[in-house]
Amino acid sequence: MSETTVEIPPRANPAPIPAAPASAPAANERKALTKKELAADHPTWCPGCGDFSVLALYFKLLEKRKLWHEKIATIAGIGCSSRFPYFVQANGAHFIHGRALPFASGVSLTRPDLHVFVFGGDGDAFSIGGNHVNHTARRNVKMTYVVMDNWVYGLTKKQTSPTSPIGFKSKTDMWGAFDQPINPMKQLIAAGATFVARATHTNANHLLQMMEAAMDHDGFSVIECLSECVEFYDGAFDASNPRKGGKFELVPATHDVKDELAAYKLADAPFPGYFGVFYKSDRPTKNKLEADLNAGMRAKVAGKKDWEILQATFNRLK
Amino acid sequence: MSEPTMTPPLGGGTPKVSKVSEAVIRFAGNSQDGIQAIGGFLARLAGRSEQEVMTFMTIPSTISGGPSIFQVRIGSGEVLSAGDEADVLLAFYQHSYEDHISSVRKGGIVLYDSDHVQPKPEWEKEYRHVGVPITSRTVEAIGGTAKDKGKNIFALGLVAKMFDLNVPKLERLISERFAGKDESVAKTALGAFHTGYGYSLGNLLETFQFVESAKKSGHQVVMTGNEALAFGLIAAGIRFGAAYPITPWSEIMELLRRELPKYGGTFVQCEDEIASVCMALGAGWAGRVAVTGSSGPGIALKTEAIGWGVMAEVPLVVCDVQRGGPSTGMPTSVEQSDLNMACFGGHGDSPRVVLAPSSVEDCFYTAIEAVNIARQYSVPVIILSDQSIATRIETFEEPDLQKVCQDLTPDLSPVAEYTPYPLDGRVQRRLAPGTPILNGHYPLASGLEHDEMGHPTGSPKLHMQMTARRRGKLQKLAETLPVPQVYGPPEGNVLLLGWGSTHGPIREAVDRARAAGDSVSSLNLRHLSPLPPGLENIFAGFNHVIVVEMNDEGLYGYGQLGAILRARFCLPKIGGLNKTDGLTWRVREILERAKTHVADGLRKL
Repeated sequence: MSETTVEIPPRANPAPIPAAPASAPAANERKALTKKELAADHPTWCPGCGDFSVLALYFKLLEKRKLWHEKIATIAGIGCSSRFPYFVQANGAHFIHGRALPFASGVSLTRPDLHVFVFGGDGDAFSIGGNHVNHTARRNVKMTYVVMDNWVYGLTKKQTSPTSPIGFKSKTDMWGAFDQPINPMKQLIAAGATFVARATHTNANHLLQMMEAAMDHDGFSVIECLSECVEFYDGAFDASNPRKGGKFELVPATHDVKDELAAYKLADAPFPGYFGVFYKSDRPTKNKLEADLNAGMRAKVAGKKDWEILQATFNRLK
Repeated sequence: MSEPTMTPPLGGGTPKVSKVSEAVIRFAGNSQDGIQAIGGFLARLAGRSEQEVMTFMTIPSTISGGPSIFQVRIGSGEVLSAGDEADVLLAFYQHSYEDHISSVRKGGIVLYDSDHVQPKPEWEKEYRHVGVPITSRTVEAIGGTAKDKGKNIFALGLVAKMFDLNVPKLERLISERFAGKDESVAKTALGAFHTGYGYSLGNLLETFQFVESAKKSGHQVVMTGNEALAFGLIAAGIRFGAAYPITPWSEIMELLRRELPKYGGTFVQCEDEIASVCMALGAGWAGRVAVTGSSGPGIALKTEAIGWGVMAEVPLVVCDVQRGGPSTGMPTSVEQSDLNMACFGGHGDSPRVVLAPSSVEDCFYTAIEAVNIARQYSVPVIILSDQSIATRIETFEEPDLQKVCQDLTPDLSPVAEYTPYPLDGRVQRRLAPGTPILNGHYPLASGLEHDEMGHPTGSPKLHMQMTARRRGKLQKLAETLPVPQVYGPPEGNVLLLGWGSTHGPIREAVDRARAAGDSVSSLNLRHLSPLPPGLENIFAGFNHVIVVEMNDEGLYGYGQLGAILRARFCLPKIGGLNKTDGLTWRVREILERAKTHVADGLRKL
């Protein structure tokens, strides 16, 4: 940030965008980025917030998988957790409330060379942006979405969230919430998300595993990560934390991740439920379907410049 | 039309051929009769014959059925509006006949389907009536189970005979139209056409011939405003778009969905209006300036995200094909009532660019201009089209596509450093993600008030500086805009000022007023936010500046542009002519209303 910043000179021959994401760049001499190089602003979260672990593991993931600054798109909506992009030294967008997914879809569909990560909370995902979750899932746009679910609205200081359990006392439900909470796993499976996993901030290794698996999935991959709000919902997830006397139970090894019905049943287990991949499908992505469509259409106009294609259309408008 | 260009005698005599320089033909029927197809054929024919054409149509907002009209004005000279009065009315039904006879000039021709229409004796004295059993003749000619389908093509044959139109060219147009369908379809259509063409027009003792038009320099293309806008976006290099269907915008998204894959692009039909603007912003952030569009209700839903585009300085093109509002309003009628929303819609101080195309041809070039401004100034640009310009067909000189087509593939070659929001007054272009920034400092696009790198700040000083920065870049843009050209003398009594699609009828009003000796000039504004330079000097040359708009006069007596201009220039001489009938301005209407507005008449004192 200085007055001496260079003007970006007009560059005559734009390099074409590489076609496919290079998940494991071969023969790349660049060293993996360190946490220091990846960290930007100091997080504004309250001490003890579960979101810190998600951020730390994101850095770890980028380091482990050797993703470069310029290849990462970190996108979020609004909420405590959605502050995420400010803390990452990479191209980031802090978008509007609930709309991170369509925004990220625009990125994913135009830039197959970028790794698109979306972070947000339960309000973004299941309340104001609920419909976008459904439609991004059914389109199966390639990206990784981590929902940091804390069962409460934290940024606005303790109102009921769509995942707040019945009986939760908030500033908008002072007698205890009585609207049925959303079951994120069920919602995501029903909507057609092609990778649905559940994790918690208190089990770092497992969360990192889930993030890696989600990143490697070719499609819309979603992780619901329990992330405790120590300020407004202290102890919400103790029952899932062995250190607090709770139980962290993995998805049974016998579970078939392609079995939608079985996944739905797993999701029905009472809290703390199961952790791991609930559902996975290899349904083709919108990215691929659109690219295939374009390849077929492009073949018909092979060798023609864009203006010549348009000229052919204009010739029919005479 | 100021002067009837066809002045045939009402009485009998021998058949003769009259030369005409232009004609206005109105087809009136129901929406499923295919009358828009007749209009389309005539418009294309005019284009191929180096003539100018403009059409006007009304369609019911119901899915099927309901009265519909299509008016086409063909001229050997410049055609600026669809015409105030029709020379010929072709009426398929009694209601078409009764509802539209008033649109025919006295002495004009009423061609009616005698199977459905019972002419009125009092009108038979004022208009030349020609009855043709269109329905039964069509059924007879085509036979089969098609019932009266094809009577539009039969009627086209009648019109072709009446105006001595080029039959081989029309045959080719009909064949092209049905190309790809079963061969029998084109054959049946041609059969219907020739039956109509061969029908003896009995008591019509006169046919017409267009005078040769002055040869145009290039080839002409024929299309609607929606098509021109969509093709302009493609020419500009737009390769991504997202939208939700709404009348009258849908045609643009349908066309882009169909065409973009040929160019390697994608158009996404989204779950809603909000998702579509957000998806377009995502693409713009990713280095691919994108388009979204809608009509009024949808634009209202997009305003929060447009505000983000202003704040985060991300390029975006938003098309608003205006219709009557508020709310669902008049979905298939025209209005220019979204100007305030386009310029000011949204929370906070969120300056953006608003452009309005003045003709079908201008839709093409405005699209390119919008894309370039969005990119250069990293700002959302709203194109205010409207229902009339969207659906009307015009001919225009074919653009030099090789010259105008742009490649906007982002350049990802490394840069030393990058500041997205510099405070030194520079207008900064967005750098596409994927570009290595060698100092390791990557920019953030933020909806929160931010510092020069995009990091959030609560600093009052930075908020003031950044607000000024977002405003300042549009002030810089304003300096580069061309001074709009006055039509007619630069000094006089009355300046008729319009924006967007009213360009044609206002100009025709000037021609007519000047021919009558009145001191009237006009000005069309294409740039509405920011306003172009030089308006003070132009206004200084006139006693009255009358803003002619298709919107309400508002609580304080001025239309939406009128109010902006009064606020901007503080001139009491700025007044307004407004209307909300959902129809385009007729030339006569403008002149009559202007005369009432200026108490001492339009002539210079």
